[in-house]
Amino acid sequence: MLQVLFDALSLGSLYALGALGIALIFGVMRLVNFAHGDVIAFSVFALLWPSTDAVAIVFAGQMPWFLLIPFILAVGAGLSVLSEIVVFRRFRHASPATMMIASFALGFVIRYFLLMLFSSRPKSISLLPALSQPVEILGARMPLLQLITILATIVMLFALSVFVRKTRFGLEMRAAAENFTMARMLGVRANRVIMGAFALSGALAGAISIILGAQTGTADIQMGGAVMLMAFIATVIGGLGSLEGAVLAGFLLGAASVVMQTVLPPEARPFRDAFVYGAVILVLLFRPQGLISARGTKERV
Amino acid sequence: MSLLAVSDVTIRYGRLTAVREVAFTLAEGEILFITGPNGAGKSSLMRAIAGVTPPAGGRIDFGGTEITGRAPEEIARMGLSMVPEGRDVFGSLSIEENLMLGTGMHSRERGWKARAASALEEVYDTFPILKERRHGQAGLLSGGQQQMLVIGRALMTNPRLIAIDEPSLGLAPNITDQVYERLIALRAHRKLTLLIVEQSSTRAVMVGGRMILMRGGQVLLDGDAGAMGQSEALQAAYFGYGEH
Repeated sequence: MLQVLFDALSLGSLYALGALGIALIFGVMRLVNFAHGDVIAFSVFALLWPSTDAVAIVFAGQMPWFLLIPFILAVGAGLSVLSEIVVFRRFRHASPATMMIASFALGFVIRYFLLMLFSSRPKSISLLPALSQPVEILGARMPLLQLITILATIVMLFALSVFVRKTRFGLEMRAAAENFTMARMLGVRANRVIMGAFALSGALAGAISIILGAQTGTADIQMGGAVMLMAFIATVIGGLGSLEGAVLAGFLLGAASVVMQTVLPPEARPFRDAFVYGAVILVLLFRPQGLISARGTKERV
Repeated sequence: MSLLAVSDVTIRYGRLTAVREVAFTLAEGEILFITGPNGAGKSSLMRAIAGVTPPAGGRIDFGGTEITGRAPEEIARMGLSMVPEGRDVFGSLSIEENLMLGTGMHSRERGWKARAASALEEVYDTFPILKERRHGQAGLLSGGQQQMLVIGRALMTNPRLIAIDEPSLGLAPNITDQVYERLIALRAHRKLTLLIVEQSSTRAVMVGGRMILMRGGQVLLDGDAGAMGQSEALQAAYFGYGEH
């Protein structure tokens, strides 16, 4: 029972962090950033030397954890900010659909860039191997990594919520998410707020890539895709643009997946995702605006 | 020297010309009403001045610097504070957060915290209802209270010019009276320059000052509001008989 709870929380953590990364950017510029998943993959590959061999040639991965973690977060944030400056800035006045397609295109560019350097074969890496030891908590055995994932997510969510609520930058971001034009007329700098949102979102992508890399022990250019899809669904269920909603829905999706894995009869388990998505459709039928509907449907920058 | 100079400004939306070669100036300390019927181009003009929709032609100068085509945040930082039509409070933020947003642009300056705090006190003195509800959600305020909030928020930016688009929109006449009473008092007290857009010229005639009458994207009349109230040209402009 406790095992199920921890599984649900750790899977939910991944989805919640992913959903938050998407919701942050959607909030300030109404962009659904489908390149987010590829930023996740890129952050893991930043640890390796380019090579098409099956065995990864580790380069930055040998750093001690207190350097490694900031490095990956910085790579995610850096790539995300770069994509804003190079690509999305030119689409600020475009329709949300145009921006979404641009984000798909950017995602492919990142993915094929990785493909070119590393080939499509998943590489085995050993990222923070100390974390795979099992620990026992209240009678439930789980990898230390699972516990750390849950704790780190809670810390990150808490820090982010303090940041958004208490700092001037957070205040400007909340105002911009509600009505960007009005915020600008009060002197809020559009570029600064948008780049800040991209940096935060990219750092969250970096965090996910650390967790995924450590969990699976592989680096795969597709690895962001599955999380990205679930995270996107979580932002929709949570109410697009609502940060609390995205986190809540991320955890709910994680819980739904894990619970169905345990309660479904064994022969139905391969179809677990179909049941999860069915539940998603049900939720959206009853609450099309999402669990927590975000304010500010006014025109963007 | 004029604080705001609008020279031959033309604004287009696609093939539609909303404002055609409008020109006027506004001197420091002056109060100017821009009035005119629906669709006269008043709000388009305000959006161009604030930098939200850059004009297709002409130029706008503020404080001796050209601001045509500059970003809204830059124009705001130069001391031109726009209160747009429909008020635009940040409904999910608290009243105090709404007000504090206005001081953000000064946050790099020395001693801004003390100044922001005293500006906040001043706004609360002018609008006591805001102080009473300062931790409440701004979206829950009544229309009149929201109008006071956005005027207070504009004051927090320490502006040289406040431009307000239709402060009376959707307000009961007695609430509008209160809003104007505070505005006039503030102007006298802080030597503010005011640019106010209203559909009806009644308020301009009551308050006094200068008035520009727009119609069909052009300036029809420009002069003393009190004197204009007596003239037949005003009626002609609204009701469309007479030539233009």
